[in-house]
Formats: sequence, structure tokens, C-alpha cells
Amino acid sequence: MSDLQTPPGDTLLYLDGVTVTFDGFRALNALSLYLEAGEMRAVIGPNGAGKTTMMDVITGKTRPDTGTVMFGKDTDLTRLDEPAIADLGIGRKFQKPTVFEPLTVWDNLLLSLAGDRRPRFTLWARETTDEREKVESILETIRLTDVRARQSAGLSHGQKQWLEIGMLLAQEPQLLLVDEPVAGMTDSETAQTADLLREINKTRSVVVVEHDMDFVRALGVKVTVLHEGSVLSEGSIDFVSEDPRVVEVYLGR
Amino acid sequence: MIPLRSTILTLVLVLGGAILMAVLNLGTAESSALHVPTYAVSLAGKYLSFAMLALALDLVWGFAGILSLGHAAFFALGGYAMGMYLMRQIGPRGVYGNAVLPDFMVFLNYKELPWYWHGFDQFPFAMLMAVLVPALIALVFGWLAFRSRVTGVYLSIITQALTYALLLAFFRNDMGFGGNNGMTDFKDLLGMPLQADTTRVGLLLATAVMLCLMFLAARFVVGSRFGKVLVAVRDTESRTRFLGYRPESYKLVVFVASAVMAGIGGALYVPQVGIINPGEFSPANSIEAVIWVAVGGRGTLTGAILGAILVNLGKTYFTGALPELWLYALGALFIFVTLFLPKGVIGALDRFRHIRPVDEVPPEKISEVTG
Repeated sequence: MSDLQTPPGDTLLYLDGVTVTFDGFRALNALSLYLEAGEMRAVIGPNGAGKTTMMDVITGKTRPDTGTVMFGKDTDLTRLDEPAIADLGIGRKFQKPTVFEPLTVWDNLLLSLAGDRRPRFTLWARETTDEREKVESILETIRLTDVRARQSAGLSHGQKQWLEIGMLLAQEPQLLLVDEPVAGMTDSETAQTADLLREINKTRSVVVVEHDMDFVRALGVKVTVLHEGSVLSEGSIDFVSEDPRVVEVYLGR
Repeated sequence: MIPLRSTILTLVLVLGGAILMAVLNLGTAESSALHVPTYAVSLAGKYLSFAMLALALDLVWGFAGILSLGHAAFFALGGYAMGMYLMRQIGPRGVYGNAVLPDFMVFLNYKELPWYWHGFDQFPFAMLMAVLVPALIALVFGWLAFRSRVTGVYLSIITQALTYALLLAFFRNDMGFGGNNGMTDFKDLLGMPLQADTTRVGLLLATAVMLCLMFLAARFVVGSRFGKVLVAVRDTESRTRFLGYRPESYKLVVFVASAVMAGIGGALYVPQVGIINPGEFSPANSIEAVIWVAVGGRGTLTGAILGAILVNLGKTYFTGALPELWLYALGALFIFVTLFLPKGVIGALDRFRHIRPVDEVPPEKISEVTG
């Protein structure tokens, strides 16, 4: 797994020389990162390393000052806004679980299903058998079948995290960006989340930003270490945790 | 509150109340103890017109999180459209006896009717304008505001600025809308004399029916998938965006629909109170409408109607009995509701009757589902 410079063969996501500055602070500094189709990647780094900014750039929330962000063969993500990027098939999970609290678990998933998003459609939309089956199958995957009719505000923290992952699945994205999925989870929830992400990775590419090293180790995937807005090291978890530069800025503390 | 039951109850009370007043006005002798005087009929019609404004406001504030502090502007625009029609109906019966020009134009030395007054002698055209003008202003305003992602208090401030700008504009004599006197001395509507009891009763019934139709339309909207997206946008706008929804489109649709509802309310208000002037654009009016909705229960639709009627009943009583105390009472009411009835009268009734929304989880149950 330590073969670092894999030439981008079937590249799904391609960031090259991306720089983002906020009031003189370089949140991203000539960041370059390639993700292959079907890959799961863990991104780690100390606070302020640029992990969340990187997600913001990919999902269209932040425009980079310079650099290229390409999705698939020829889609320039820097020209698109959030809904357009979501429509392309990039789903994003927030650090803090973000679900539609007043709505039921069922409705959260229903609204997330891939489909027509325009008001003129949703105003007249009726729930179809196809939609019902899809929601039910996602409920199985995220283990929330029993609480389907419950208002999502009443879910536990871990359940909300899963529901949000379920909402991303419903979107049927090609690429899933997951920001700190196990923060605040119990050990058993963490283990279940690792299983869930591996399951998801069978059909989709995943980028996981995480602080929890045990969790990253449990995922067993290639790791990218960010520091001060650029890539410090990349490789297997064992490779990067031996890397003296990584030890110095991050793991050694 | 179970939506179906509250919907039926609301329809029955609004229509039933209006019909009862109609029967007791027309069907009893003036000396009878049961007689409802005509001024009360028009007062009720006024309240129901206000209820339309409240309903419109609840749709954008309660369900889309757009706290409009300028919604009475749309109400007033609808009112002006009706006012212009009623002015043209006066014809040569005005003080100056000019068959074409309304009195204030003769007084201000207008030689001919301004171009934008043409067509207002036709009732269908005037009613079309009563919905089209508010819709158009809401469309332009909303398109600019929502696309620029103006939200929260900033949005509230610019809605306030919108109504204030219209207030100043309509105050000007050379705008051609009657300046600070506005329009009054209306004679008849669709050929029926406005002073007649039957016309007054007819207007109340028309207002009640229109309010019920609007209420049903609003219920349909908030019950649809569109309504669920709206609530999602209200509480977690960025999440909806990353799911591929365009919050600005949803807000724009509901804002324009709401402006249309307010415009219809204004058009029905004017013949029942007999006057329209720029005071209707006053920012205080819009803020009062927010209080109606807060008192009744934001995000319940029924509460908006209830709040508009209750607060205006209170206003009618206070401004008659203790006029100097009304504003204090209104302020106290708003503070009381904010502190003790965050979900308004409807929310308090629900708690009192121990009816929980079917999907609300009691806090004690949450621990059970933690895996």
C-alpha cells in the first residue's frame, strides 16, 4: 500500500494546486490529491490543516483562488454551485450530524432520494412504490427500520449520524465525503460505522475525514495526511504513522 | 394538532360564523335581541381579511423561516387595486362630477387619466392587478434577496425597507394614487351599493369563502413534499443545498404565493372598511401581523387565522374603551406570548388537550432507542 505516486488511471476526483486564502490565511496551500474510482480514502491532520476547507472546495461551498478541481473525466467543479455538484453525484456528510429534525426518519430519506428537485415536481409528488422500496432498503442498511416513523429530532447522536449517511446513500452519489463520522460515538457505534462505510465503499468512492486513529486503522485504507493546507504524507496507516514528518506535526504530540 | 381535524374545525368555524352573522343580520328585525348590526358584519369581514394576511405571513414565516416585516405592503397593494376600481365606479357622482377623473385628480389639476389607471374600471382587470402587482414585486424582491442568500434579520430589515419605500412613494401626490388622503367615498361594487346591508353581508361571505379556499391551498402546500422541503430549508438550509435542492427557488415560490394571498386579502379589505390610504404601508402594520401569527401559533396555519381574529377583537375593544392603553397591551401580549406561549394559543391548546403530534417523540423515550 505504500506505492505513493500511483499515476491517475481511472481518476474520479482530481485536485491540483488548489489554494484557498481567507483574509491572508492560507487554508489550502497548493493542495493536490487524486482519488480513484471505487477507492476509499482517509484524510487526517491536525486542526486547521484544511480538511474541512478541502470538502468545501469539492462541494462548491468555497471557490478556490487558484487550482483545478475536476470530477470524473471533464467536469470542472469550481464552476458549479452546491446543488449542481450534489446533482452530479457528490454527497457530503457534515461533522455535526445534520438531519431535518422536524421531519420523520422516513421523510428525511424520502427527500434525499435521487430525483427531480424542482418545486413544480415536489408540489404534486406522490410517494411511489419504487421510492418506498428504496427508503426501506436504506433503512435496513443504516439499521433504523424500527424508528422510521419517529421524528428525527428524537434520535440518539449515533442514529442521527447514520441517518445522515443514509440520506447520502439515498442521493445515490458516486462519491461520498464524510466529515468525522464517529466523533461522539460509542465504541460499538464506531465499529458499526466502520462496517457501514466498508459496505458503502463496495459500490461508491468514499473520502473520510477523521481524527480517531483507531477508526482509521479499522478502515484499513490509504491515508492522506494534511498539514497547513497541503499533503504531508500519503500511504497506508502504518506507512504514514512511521513517517517522521507526520510524527512530528501530528501523531507525536 | 391532528391536521385533518383542525382543518375541518377551522373551515366550519369560519364559514359557520360568517353564515350565522349573515342570517342574524338580514333575517332578524333591528329591534330583536339577536340582531347583528351591519357594522359588526363589516368588522368581521375586516378581521377575516386580516386573517388572510396572517395566513400568508405564516406560510413564509412559519414554514420557510422568512420573517417578513413588510408583508402588509402586499396587502396594501391589493387594496389599492380594489380602491382604483371602486374610484372608477364612482363616475360622475363625485364632488366635481367628472365622469372619468376621480375627485383627487380633478383637485390636483390632472387633465387626463394616467396610463396606469386604464383598465381599472373593469372589475376582472382590477382583480387581476390585485394579485399580479404583489406577485411581481414579490418575485423581483425575492429573486434578488434569496439568490444573494440574504437570510435572517437582514432579510427582515430589507422587507421593512420595502414597505417603507412604498409608504413614502404612495404618500406623494404626483404618484397618482391619491397621496396621503388615499381613496375613499366609494359608491358601489359590481353595481351593488356598498352601503346596503346585502352588499356588506355578501362581502363577508365572499371573504369567508376566499379565506377557506386559501387555507385549504396553504394546507395542501405544507402537506406536500414541497412543504417538507420548505421545513427542511427553514431549519437546515445548507443540508438541502448539499442534497441538490435550490432553497432560493423554494423560498421564491412560497414568497410569491404568499404575496398573492396577502393581495387578495387587501382587495377584500378595502370595500369593507371604505378607505385605502398610504398608512396601510406603515411598517407597524406588518409588525402587527407578525404578532397575530405569533399569538395564534406560528407554523400552524389555523393559529394565524385565530391570532388575527383574537388580536383584532382585542384591538377593537381597547381602542374603544382604553385607547391610550392599546399599544402597551399589544406589546405586553407579544412579550407574554414569546415567554410563555412559544407555540401560541394553538400550541397551548394542544398541550392542554394532551394531543401530541403523531411524530413527536416524548423526551423520556429517547433514551430507549439509544443503541
